[in-house]
Amino acid sequence: MSVVPADTERRRVDVRQLLADNPALVLTFVFIAIFVATDIINRHQGQGAFLTTKQVSTTFLYAAILGLIAAGQTLVMLTGGVDLSVATTATTGAFMVSGFGDRGAGLAIAVALAVGLGIGLVNGIGVALFRVNPLIMTLGVSTITLGLLTVYAQTSFTQLVPHFVATLGSARFLTYIPYDLLVWAPIAAIIILGLRYSGIGRMIYAIGDNPEACRLAGVRVWQVQIFVYGTCGMLSALAGVLLVGFNDAADLGIGAPFLLPSVAAVVIGGTSIFGGYGGYGGTILGALILTVLDSLLVILNASAATRQIVYGLIVLALAALYARIIATAE
Amino acid sequence: MSTTTAESTTTARGTDWGRLVRRHGWTVGLAVLFLVMCLYWRSATIRPWGSFDVQSLCIDALPLAFAAMGQAIVIISGGIDLSIGSLMGLVNVLAAKYMVTDLTTVTPRSFQHALVVAVLLIGFGFLAGALTGLIIQVTKVADIIVTLAMLFVWAGAALAVLQVPGGGAPLEFSSLVTTDTVLTKWVPKPLVILLLAYALIWLTIRWRRPGLALYAIGSNRPRAYLSGINVPLTRVMSYALSGTFAALGGLALTAAVATGDPHAGDIYTLNSVAAVVLGGVSLLGGVGGLIGPIMGAFVLTLVKTILVIKGVDQNWAQVIQGTIIVLVVMAGGLAIRQKGKGG
Repeated sequence: MSVVPADTERRRVDVRQLLADNPALVLTFVFIAIFVATDIINRHQGQGAFLTTKQVSTTFLYAAILGLIAAGQTLVMLTGGVDLSVATTATTGAFMVSGFGDRGAGLAIAVALAVGLGIGLVNGIGVALFRVNPLIMTLGVSTITLGLLTVYAQTSFTQLVPHFVATLGSARFLTYIPYDLLVWAPIAAIIILGLRYSGIGRMIYAIGDNPEACRLAGVRVWQVQIFVYGTCGMLSALAGVLLVGFNDAADLGIGAPFLLPSVAAVVIGGTSIFGGYGGYGGTILGALILTVLDSLLVILNASAATRQIVYGLIVLALAALYARIIATAE
Repeated sequence: MSTTTAESTTTARGTDWGRLVRRHGWTVGLAVLFLVMCLYWRSATIRPWGSFDVQSLCIDALPLAFAAMGQAIVIISGGIDLSIGSLMGLVNVLAAKYMVTDLTTVTPRSFQHALVVAVLLIGFGFLAGALTGLIIQVTKVADIIVTLAMLFVWAGAALAVLQVPGGGAPLEFSSLVTTDTVLTKWVPKPLVILLLAYALIWLTIRWRRPGLALYAIGSNRPRAYLSGINVPLTRVMSYALSGTFAALGGLALTAAVATGDPHAGDIYTLNSVAAVVLGGVSLLGGVGGLIGPIMGAFVLTLVKTILVIKGVDQNWAQVIQGTIIVLVVMAGGLAIRQKGKGG
């Protein structure tokens, strides 16, 4: 720090510093850039403008589902873990809502959230108390859940998506504002503010930074871990509720396309894979960027296979980039 | 078992029984569990139980055994490979696609052609694994994230090769693992192939520099570095070996079912980790061998076989198997925790 770097070197470091200090600014720029690029490509293909109020509204409508799943993923990844059961949990939420739909929307949503919380708690107990590697624990729980869901889907099961849920997941008010924003926005606010100002929020960062130091400082690490996995399960189930409201029917593969994007959104948002660094603000932008990117890939006629490969490569490239930035920023 | 008795006999006091039990107790226990399960399996089978059952168990277990061997090598060297399953799926669809003349009529090509395809795919698996290792080494991104991303890259590639299950394999290629047996009918071909792969790939390096280097970097990376071990190269090698075994697993899958399915490999990522943990290899790295994971693969396969015999629905079987896997890794985690407290 005491040595003044050469002029050219300082400028290069400054760009990195900017990205490290204000990822939100850079990400907003990327979001707008991809949106404009999509608009240009869409016009070029003779399908009209993409940069319309309607499309912006649709982007937010789609992004809410990914945004909620990625919210849970952010919390888990901030503690240094990862949750690979989010997609199956979302599918479970979708099945619970449509399965209990005939007993009223309120009960159906409550059941969905409760089951999601239950799945999250199992993950949390495995990771926190039994010290199982989070990847393996959540992957295992995901396998079990999917098996149970398959059994459930085959036996006495009538699908009925409550009207309220369908409205929430797919309709808009005031022409342009999607109803699901009413779910997403408050949750986003709670998470952003909670992470910054609440005790548990600070502890989530602290555990991700150095779990051993936390334990020695008297933090009940296991409680915080169970809390984040439980919350993640509940948020994923909530995303599943919105998803089935949007699709109007649940199937066993409904949540699967969100697994890698949920990790990608968090990584794009600048949250460290090792935990302790990042936040939900970046993840929101990551979810928006991925949603527009998805539209772009659809416009470009990319197959599901190509999209999967592109997502994989994006995660790799960004994780490598951030690893470099953090290394130089320190 | 994999570590042989050579070590213990070199000690001055003759055979060190305590050390033997500590090192191999788990493996022997697993073998006893397997035998007990076999006895139960025999009594649970309604029609006469015989060599046919042994053979079909071996065919079922072969892909998982290969996946477990690959996973074990990576875990022993202190990493984890989540891309094993999808790489197996990719090899499976590539094999099924290029072993037939065209996909609509599904006319298999000649046996020689199939063998060339198989050898090329094993080479591909080696390179794919080496690529994963290289990315981990160059980008310094956590192995978990890199292999997770590669999981999706290979799965996407598999979908690009074949959208829906299809393709096939020549009968002679399938018969490499299915029909006929070697020597007596109680020695099934898959077992012979497995032991060949074990001897040719693993035993040739296990007690030489590369094999010891794998254990060293898994046990304590800075110290391994200070001892003059080429850590980056060893890491890349561990993933390359894992890719090779994934390719062998994908080919075994192709031979067993004579068709390609882009999702065929999905279950193997988790199951391979479970087989490794069940086989007594610590997820912390540096300890264990390959015989344990192979037996773990057989135990897991036998669990499913018994469930199917008992008339349990396929999906329930998945649930029960998944629960057992989670319980196994939880027990493994608890063991690590206890060890951490003791030391």
